Amino acid sequence: MSEIKKIATRESYGNALVELGKEMENLVVLDADLAGATKTATFKKAFPERHIDCGIAEGNMMGIAAGLAATGKVPFASSFAMFAAGRAFEQIRNSIGYPHLNVKIGATHAGISVGEDGATHQCNEDIALMRTIPGMTIINPADDVEARAAVKAAAKFDGPCYLRFGRFATAVFNDENTYKFKLGKGIVLKEGKDVTIVATGLEVYQSLEAAKMLADDGIDAEVINIHTIKPLDEDLIVKSASKTGKVVTVEEHSVIGGLGSAVCDCLSAKCPTKVLKHGVYDVYGESGPAAGLLEKYGLDAKGIYEKVKEFVK
Amino acid sequence: MDNLELAKIANEVRKGIIEAVHSAKSGHPGGSLSAADIFTFLYFEEMNVDAKNPKDPKRDRFVLSKGHVAPGLYATLAEKGYFPKEDLKTLRKIGSYLQGHPDMKKIPGVDMSSGSLGQGISAAVGMALSAKLSNDSYRVFTLVGDGEIQEGQVWEAAMFAGHKNLDNLVVIVDNNGLQIDGDIKDVCSPYPIDKKFEAFNFHVIEMDAHDFDSIRAAFTEARNVKGQPVAIIAKSVKGKGVSFMENQASWHGSAPNDEQYEIAMEDLKKRGEALCQK
Repeated sequence: MSEIKKIATRESYGNALVELGKEMENLVVLDADLAGATKTATFKKAFPERHIDCGIAEGNMMGIAAGLAATGKVPFASSFAMFAAGRAFEQIRNSIGYPHLNVKIGATHAGISVGEDGATHQCNEDIALMRTIPGMTIINPADDVEARAAVKAAAKFDGPCYLRFGRFATAVFNDENTYKFKLGKGIVLKEGKDVTIVATGLEVYQSLEAAKMLADDGIDAEVINIHTIKPLDEDLIVKSASKTGKVVTVEEHSVIGGLGSAVCDCLSAKCPTKVLKHGVYDVYGESGPAAGLLEKYGLDAKGIYEKVKEFVK
Repeated sequence: MDNLELAKIANEVRKGIIEAVHSAKSGHPGGSLSAADIFTFLYFEEMNVDAKNPKDPKRDRFVLSKGHVAPGLYATLAEKGYFPKEDLKTLRKIGSYLQGHPDMKKIPGVDMSSGSLGQGISAAVGMALSAKLSNDSYRVFTLVGDGEIQEGQVWEAAMFAGHKNLDNLVVIVDNNGLQIDGDIKDVCSPYPIDKKFEAFNFHVIEMDAHDFDSIRAAFTEARNVKGQPVAIIAKSVKGKGVSFMENQASWHGSAPNDEQYEIAMEDLKKRGEALCQK
């Protein structure tokens, strides 16, 4: 296989903010002492007066973002997923979600691919938490092209939005020239008839690779990229599930409450289908290199291939 | 507006609080009454607001961080003409826009949804920062409870406001000394409140929250402070104006029954008559 370019979606976040900053004067970026890691430092370099470091105080940062949004600014509040969705959950729920304020939450370092920092910093619960907030849009982009497009799309609609990014460099498989981001719309990346793989974030590329391995075994998998977890593209999922009759969800997140649960919520009501929820199985992560952790937790292409193969057997 | 006029309005606000909470059969009269004179001064004297244009981007903002005293804010907004006074009786009822805690999406004149303690002050700080970023001249006021400042987020917000020298922000601490579980000194003392805010680079002013001379002097001083945010420590009496509610923690979050309602309204009627004699 030829060498494919790899970029962490947190880099995409920082770069997209700079592009947006040029066209939106009311865009303000907040961080909580992690600008170097969340990549909002890229924005800070370009627009220092519109980059506000709130210090290590995520709850207050979300409240400040709410106040900025209530007075006409478009704030992007940034931290690690653990401290944005986790630490500041109630501030997001009450100060941003309840008044449906136009705050964008840029959460980086999601999932176990945080790597060496270990379990305290590996947030596998953020999608579950954010899904419970009425009116919250949740976007988990798959690669650099999609991430940059998602940030721009988020800036253009009015309402709270949770954007999930990763620390680990992941393959750029979307074509910049042809890619179009449509909020709330899933993308069929590969058509198939035997099983549907619904993936999100960096698991999309791993699932595409797994589908190739499955094809070698004569299993024709359909691969769907769900970048918008809420609102979910239910029509697309029902259509695919009714065709293949078997669904595997893949996410770098707990199997409780994330994409898998969202898909099950949809299918149990609209098209009861056997579903395997693949992800982090109700355990904490651990320290180690990101690639090694993805392999250990079965979230690389090989791990996905094995799970799907056993499931369709 | 002179102090006598303000006192008369504040008395009407207090009647509105009792009407609303009695009708709802729940709610928070104690802290609403302790803040009634502060609400009145803000909306009828200090703040640049227009009830006919509640969304004016240039208006001053108010965030009720101690959101549970919504009846006090609502009674003031109704008195100011943001919505009909008779609607106060729909407080906390199904279908009413007058939610148990302030809801900016539903209530004209409410600048921020609040109620979860510690959060309103952060939003107020965000609004003050927003004005600075776009060189707008509006000011931002927020009312926090003396029990509320036990929340760590209040100090995160204070640290940020002091650090950013937000001199367009006024934080008012309703220091009535009581919280649900009793005296704030016994529950988990936040004292000394003045020294704490001073340490966070606030200009601190103390006032008698029921004396309009003192209130006027405090807000006048606050308006002239440059380069740092202001904290006004408002020495108040919980339940102020209703004889049997004064200084009783038990009236933090309970409504008067019909008999108590009659006594309370009689108290306020007498207060009003006395003010008219002046």
